[in-house]
Amino acid sequence: MPETLIFYLLSGLAIGASALVIGQRNPMYSVLMLIASFGALAGLYIQLDAPFVAVAQIIIYAGAIMVLFLFVVMLLNAPKEDGADWDRTHPLRLPAVTRVGSMLAVLLVVQLAWALMEATGVGGPVAGEGNAEAVSSVRQLGRTLFTDYVFAFEATSILILVAMVGAVMLARREEERP
Amino acid sequence: MIPLSHYLFVSAILFCIGTTGVFLRRNLITILLSIEIMLNAVNLSFVAFGRQMGTVDGQIIVFFVMTVAAAEAAVGLAIVIGLYRHRESLNPDAFVSLKW
Amino acid sequence: MRFVVSQMELRTLVQLGIIGLTFFMLINASAVLVLAERKIMGFMQQRFGPYLVGPHGMLQPLADIVKLLFKEELRPKGADKWLFTLAPILSVTAAFAAFSTVPWGAETTFFGLLDEPVKLGVADVNVGVLVVFAITSMGVYGIVLAGWSSNSKYSLFGGLRASAQMISYELSYATALAAVVLLAGSLSLREVVDAQSGTWLGVIPSWFVFLQPVGFVIYMIAGVAETNRAPFDFPEAEQELVAGYNTEYSSVRFALFPQAEYINMATMSAVATDLYLGGWHGPFLPPEYGWIWFLLKVGAILFTYIWVRWTLPRYRYDQLMRFGWKWLFPAAVINLIVTAALVLYFNA
Repeated sequence: MPETLIFYLLSGLAIGASALVIGQRNPMYSVLMLIASFGALAGLYIQLDAPFVAVAQIIIYAGAIMVLFLFVVMLLNAPKEDGADWDRTHPLRLPAVTRVGSMLAVLLVVQLAWALMEATGVGGPVAGEGNAEAVSSVRQLGRTLFTDYVFAFEATSILILVAMVGAVMLARREEERP
Repeated sequence: MIPLSHYLFVSAILFCIGTTGVFLRRNLITILLSIEIMLNAVNLSFVAFGRQMGTVDGQIIVFFVMTVAAAEAAVGLAIVIGLYRHRESLNPDAFVSLKW
Repeated sequence: MRFVVSQMELRTLVQLGIIGLTFFMLINASAVLVLAERKIMGFMQQRFGPYLVGPHGMLQPLADIVKLLFKEELRPKGADKWLFTLAPILSVTAAFAAFSTVPWGAETTFFGLLDEPVKLGVADVNVGVLVVFAITSMGVYGIVLAGWSSNSKYSLFGGLRASAQMISYELSYATALAAVVLLAGSLSLREVVDAQSGTWLGVIPSWFVFLQPVGFVIYMIAGVAETNRAPFDFPEAEQELVAGYNTEYSSVRFALFPQAEYINMATMSAVATDLYLGGWHGPFLPPEYGWIWFLLKVGAILFTYIWVRWTLPRYRYDQLMRFGWKWLFPAAVINLIVTAALVLYFNA
């Protein structure tokens, strides 16, 4: 029973914070709301017996990527969207075509939910098969990562190197040629 | 015990919120944030399914998704900085002509 | 008349008591450190520190708090209303929360009151080392938001420099941590400490500082940089940036920033003690009193922090960044590789 309560609390926080992310005018507030959403997701990962993924989520997403976003927002002094622009693109003021489109989007969500409820094999409790020890052990994670997925691991390290070099190159100021 | 479908439902809603953000927001940084929301929704699905099947493969895939998301956020933000320096605007509607 | 409580309830009460005690001790640590810093600074500069308030100035922290509480709460006109107040709250929350997975004593049954021993520490998770690292990396937000929301150029520079410094030195910090985790074979802080019990040759305690001297030095340097202490205290460079990111803060909001800094110092020292100095293991005392050794070791490291602050001159910002990226991080990586090679060789 407390498990279900915690689940609803955390998922409500995640969904609410994410909805606020896209609903804020000030990009600084959006970033902070997203950090809250990541924290809630980390809680959900802990409930799914994945402590390493939860901590990695906080370290990588909330601790590094969001700091990067915050730096860029502060550096660019990202302006709030002007009132005229906001009013023009607010979903309820858009022309009829977009309003119908939004209604269809809501209908999609409802249909997705119904499909999930009706699907077989997903109705059982999530902790049905397999014991928690096998899944939450960091030792097991490391072993599988370095034996079955070692190629993807090495390729990812090259990817990060390329991204680092690319980010520095792209954000560099163009030097004036004399 | 929480059914798997609950986790998948949360993941679907988060994904839809992210997609809505990408389509409706007119600020480059908020669009990038919505992409991060979508990636997180997918991560949640993976971990839930991995737990259901009792293997660590779900968590390993999440590990790689996080790494790729970090790389993509870094390069995306560098591009945003370059664009802002050129046009002084973060509105994607300001970048409609193919001329730099 | 004794009332009978079941073991379950007693355990819960005892664990709640341990959590409360840890919180209380952390708050006291920041108060004691305020006084200790000023006294030690005074003695190192051949003068008395505060000596008027209370015997030997021992009530000075109380006087400081009372003074700060009675000051006027200011907020600059252009400051962001929510973020201005949120920033010190974030700083201090991250500082306290980081101590949650740090164990400070061995298991104890409280003289037979409990049937099963309870571990002295707030929580013991199997990824404890990573949790400490994750929460200290959340401390960056307090400083960045303080700098941004004050709407003042001194604060903004201080905030940006502080966060760039903290995330640069987090790399070396994490790599030094990784080397210790390799030696201990577990991510849980309690198991890392238990791997350091015992002695070699009956005389030298088998602490990791003797196996990893370079790692220990790297960890201490990164710890000083992470907590924004001198010689890396550029964000609060008193002579250069007025007061850096807390220029515009006053009264209680201001008081929370140094408190967060001292508690970060205490957490770093406690984690260094657990990882390198054997935690609560020490001679002459039964394991239940190991927390006394823990306090002594943490006190020694805190004294080193204060000593370093008042002895070394401050780094320039670009020297600081160059040191972090070009010297400390390669050293930490080489340390990790050598440790991995030696662990593999000796366990083969």
